[in-house]
Amino acid sequence: MTMLKLNSAAELEELRARILAGRDPAKPCIAVCAGAACDGMDSAAVAAAFLAEVGRQQLGERLELRTTGCHGYCEKGPNVVVTPGEICYFEVAPADVPEIVAATLKGEVVERLVYHDPASGAPAVHMNEVPFYKHQTRLLIGDNPKIDPMKIDDYLAVGGYAALVKALTEMSPDQVLDEVKRANLRGRGGGGFPAGSKWETTKNAPEKTKYVIVNGHEGESAAFMDRAMLTGNPHKVLEGLIIGAYAIGAQRGFMYTRHDMPLLEKHVRNALAQAKEYGLLGENILGSGFSLEVELHFDVGIFVSGESSALMRSIEGNAPEPRPKYVRTSVSGIWDKPSNLNNVETWANVPQIISRGAEWFTSIGSEKSKGTKLISLSGNVVNSGVVEVPMGTPLRTLVFDIGGGVRDGKTLKAIHFGGAMGGSIPASLLDAPLDFDGMSKLGAPIGAGGLLLMDEDTDMVEVARYLMDFLTKESCGKCVPCREGMQQMLQTLTRLTEGRGRQGDLELLEDLAEVTGLGSLCALGKTSGDPLKSMFRYFRPEYEARIPDRAAGGSGDQK
Amino acid sequence: MCEQKIDAIIEKYRGQPGSLIHALVEIQHENHWLPREVLQRLADALGVSFSQVMQIASFYKTFSLTPKGRHEVHVCSGMTCHLRGAAKLLAKVEEITGLKAGETDADSRFTLETGACLGSCSIAPELIVDGKHYGRMTPDQAEDVLKRYE
Repeated sequence: MTMLKLNSAAELEELRARILAGRDPAKPCIAVCAGAACDGMDSAAVAAAFLAEVGRQQLGERLELRTTGCHGYCEKGPNVVVTPGEICYFEVAPADVPEIVAATLKGEVVERLVYHDPASGAPAVHMNEVPFYKHQTRLLIGDNPKIDPMKIDDYLAVGGYAALVKALTEMSPDQVLDEVKRANLRGRGGGGFPAGSKWETTKNAPEKTKYVIVNGHEGESAAFMDRAMLTGNPHKVLEGLIIGAYAIGAQRGFMYTRHDMPLLEKHVRNALAQAKEYGLLGENILGSGFSLEVELHFDVGIFVSGESSALMRSIEGNAPEPRPKYVRTSVSGIWDKPSNLNNVETWANVPQIISRGAEWFTSIGSEKSKGTKLISLSGNVVNSGVVEVPMGTPLRTLVFDIGGGVRDGKTLKAIHFGGAMGGSIPASLLDAPLDFDGMSKLGAPIGAGGLLLMDEDTDMVEVARYLMDFLTKESCGKCVPCREGMQQMLQTLTRLTEGRGRQGDLELLEDLAEVTGLGSLCALGKTSGDPLKSMFRYFRPEYEARIPDRAAGGSGDQK
Repeated sequence: MCEQKIDAIIEKYRGQPGSLIHALVEIQHENHWLPREVLQRLADALGVSFSQVMQIASFYKTFSLTPKGRHEVHVCSGMTCHLRGAAKLLAKVEEITGLKAGETDADSRFTLETGACLGSCSIAPELIVDGKHYGRMTPDQAEDVLKRYE
């Protein structure tokens, strides 16, 4: 089908009506997940088996097949969801395919492939009955099983680009900005900074040339929700970006993401091309007079390039060294022009805020953190995967109701948030709510949203050593305190884990963590000591046990 | 190495100094490493200094200034892989290949790499060979997997 450029909002709505008229909601659809984890479990073979089976029986008229982005329940991949009814099949193998096809045609369920409660054996057939899903509020990720990320029509069929239409036809740029400000949308990338204020700074900057950027770098270890979002539903992120550019008055956008995920690159490239063909990007979008070009850029393998000023240097084609931010990047960013950068999840929130309004958005979440949050749940957890819950949800819900607790029947020792610059808190604090400010106060800031469970066997000194080892390899080396301070902390921590601790090592670590934080330009160095600080706050005895007691004639290698 | 493809990439970006990283990524993907004479030709074509090309090529981890083996073996060192036994997996892979991270064997069979995080944490620990993911790997399974790559 050749695509036609849409010249007005009315033409878009006509197209949407035609797409919907061509679809029968009662026709069964089998959606095979091709998210990162399912793909790693060879979901491609499952999808191929479905295609072969439908071809063999010539079922094209009676059955729809769809390859989609991440459904969420990565632990039990390859995932298959059958609609209507959202019947969830887990750990599907190619050999299961004929049975699923036969049952689907008869309106039946393949009992052996649905979820069964590990304790009682009771089955859960539909998505809203599966424990992993039923405690979630899937506003952002929920469309993933309904969309083939390569097909813009699938996004239009679930109401996609309606928010853009509303913004361009019914709202002025100022009204769009005001809506986002009133929604109190806070940046999902780690800082929790109000997106509306950031937009306003760029909008009000005197330079006429302005840029908008999607930060899809996702360098935080054990964070994979942004990839799930951007790979699985690229148009939602793009729609948010276009609306933001309209509010800010930007003429050019950049998507900055990972180079090492072939599917991510393919989907984003395709989404940009399709949006352009439909006239949702380019000159005079939907006849509104507003124009925007968006290009794709890649990180090439260093964590610090996720830092905003470093990321912008990288887009310019330079080495990603952060710069001092006496002047914010929202005022002087790429090529010294005002550049508004938000993370994937932040942009993905924009369309629903415009469609449903700030009042609706602020009705979800906690007092100061609104909306939902995507969480990558992994570590020693039973049910790992991509989770979406309202802000303010108790951590206990995430860990036990959704996560199913700790693997192998062990007990929970700690949870860790925020990757290598985050923090660990003990299991006793599990009733704390998921909230930007509250979690920061506890010493485990949410960061981008990577949540790890650590079981009773976890050696907290070794965890700190591991995180420091990661960061020393990722420092760009510009600031000496970061480059050298972390190296010294790593050496000291390594000594402790190898049983060669010395008197004064803990004090030395505390000093180094403090000085490295004070003497570094960007968040990598500034927060490099944060995991260690949380360890000293909650797990100090474990560290003290590594220092040989002089009186007892310890065997540590002392000066 | 496919000279024609590399030449096509260099030509595509001729006269565009801002496209240095794009060009390097494409050449790296095509050729798996960046030979010095290619970098010199790229510098001339884009109109940037050779030292600037080297700054970028030596800074980013994706770029390799030395030839790689026929198969790129990657052991994920992300946090979940770490918590779920990546150290033992890596030790086994090091033993089988005789390599440490970053090294290539004399027969150019394997290049061993570590790095975080590939985002498929649910199937940790992970071994990736030439882009193909092998999830929930035990050290013994890793031995079987690597045997398939000659």
